[in-house]
Amino acid sequence: MTTLLPGEFAELEPFAPGWCLATEPERYAKRLASSMEEMQAFYDAITKRAEEAIAYCDRFPLDEMPDDAVNVMRLLYSMITVSFPVEVWSQQWVPDAGAAALDCVIEPGP
Amino acid sequence: MPRWPKPPEGSWTEHYPELGTAPMSYDDSISPEFFELERKAIFGRAWLNVGRVEQLPRSGSYFTKEIQAARTSVVVVRDAGGEVRAFHNVCRHRGNKLVWNDLPKEETSGFCRQFTCKYHGWRYGLDGRLNFVQQEGEFFDLDKKDFGLVPVHCDVWAGFVFVNLAKEPEQTLPEFLGPMITNLDGYPFDKMTERWCYRSEVGANWKLYMDAFQEFYHAAVLHGSQAPAKFSAAAQQAGFEAPHYRLEGPHRLVSTSGVVTWELPNDMRKPMEDITRSGLFGPWDGPDLGIEKMPVGLNPAGCDPWGLDSFQLWPNFTILIWSGGWYLTYHYWPTTYNTHVFEGNLYFMPSRNARERLAREMAAATFKEYGLQDASTLEATQMMLESRAVTEFPLCDQEILCRHLHKVAADWVDDHRRSLAGG
Repeated sequence: MTTLLPGEFAELEPFAPGWCLATEPERYAKRLASSMEEMQAFYDAITKRAEEAIAYCDRFPLDEMPDDAVNVMRLLYSMITVSFPVEVWSQQWVPDAGAAALDCVIEPGP
Repeated sequence: MPRWPKPPEGSWTEHYPELGTAPMSYDDSISPEFFELERKAIFGRAWLNVGRVEQLPRSGSYFTKEIQAARTSVVVVRDAGGEVRAFHNVCRHRGNKLVWNDLPKEETSGFCRQFTCKYHGWRYGLDGRLNFVQQEGEFFDLDKKDFGLVPVHCDVWAGFVFVNLAKEPEQTLPEFLGPMITNLDGYPFDKMTERWCYRSEVGANWKLYMDAFQEFYHAAVLHGSQAPAKFSAAAQQAGFEAPHYRLEGPHRLVSTSGVVTWELPNDMRKPMEDITRSGLFGPWDGPDLGIEKMPVGLNPAGCDPWGLDSFQLWPNFTILIWSGGWYLTYHYWPTTYNTHVFEGNLYFMPSRNARERLAREMAAATFKEYGLQDASTLEATQMMLESRAVTEFPLCDQEILCRHLHKVAADWVDDHRRSLAGG
């Protein structure tokens, strides 16, 4: 079976198809569409391995990362995305900001 | 006792007596008639920032900017000689918008050797000259040199591209900006090319969002729930006082002191801040800015630790420089009296590795969470101002910049009214 992540992060593989997302709009939409339980499970799993994941990605130049390292980066971006509902809001969206939007239209790679 | 000394008059607001201390009307934010006047009085007269030179990397690079408040679109281009020029984005033949893609109301950017009108194929050089007319012989006494693109006054300061839609601007760009702004010369804006851009259409007058970002009196309350309980309680207890405000001409500045996040006890920070070594104030491990000394215009109160300086450039542009070595810009582009387009940009030195890139991601994601909270009050405020149930609003000393913005808007509109009346 093809995997998205390097072997040493095998226990994060179940989260990869859902959370390895290339853009901020995709990550934010996924956050709004996920249950708190799903996000808590992902958050708990990835924060435990975050330091190793960052160290793994740091082995490559940003513009020449192999695909599986890029996927680790994207999983780490999603970790940041879900940290707000999990650590702060106890809900998916920013309280009282139901009518507000801030669409990310430009973001750097990878 | 104030934590920071106030001016000898007793308050920042009274230090600028032209502001007064009376309650304010927000009629300028709910009146369609006032907005109709603002179009010419403000957006047709002031220097407007439309972008940065990095968006025009080589000759032939261009971008368009919709300026609905002035009912126009401009195309900004780097010409063959490398100079940045701006033109009204309209074909001289029959008025078609010259540069657009698929949707005529959307902005676009790209690279070209010349501009070709989609309608009848008239072609213009990067210098605006009309170079080609389809079936030129069918026209009557048409001299191509009389039909170049209509130029818009354009100038660049510190890499920021400004346009002025007046026939003859009343001031040059440096005169308009004044020393409070031009004293930022030397800041390495040009090296901060790692960019996030956020955009939204907001159901409120443009000045209301400016107000939301030009006072920090709201911070401990509106944003209180976003920090650990212990931090919030301390922040609310302390309240907010800025060490320094300054007004200069139509522009204004607030400077704040900083918090050394990583020296706080653990329970004052969120776990993700520790994982990424970053947060609202940006990455904890700031970059080497590569400059010998900071520009004289920065950190005017000499705070240590320093937090940020927020320069509010009249009319609709903010440059906010963080002590951590990165900056934000905000633009507020009015579309009607009670709607506008907001654009927020974050600029960093390019990340050198994954760790730096993730710290910037955390700063950008945190900016969005705060920005959504700031935006959340806008429609609610607009709606209730429009009820006119309350017409006078008391502003405190920490809201001096809001008071100044609305006064400058009134002054520019009055000035315009007088010129219309021939006075």
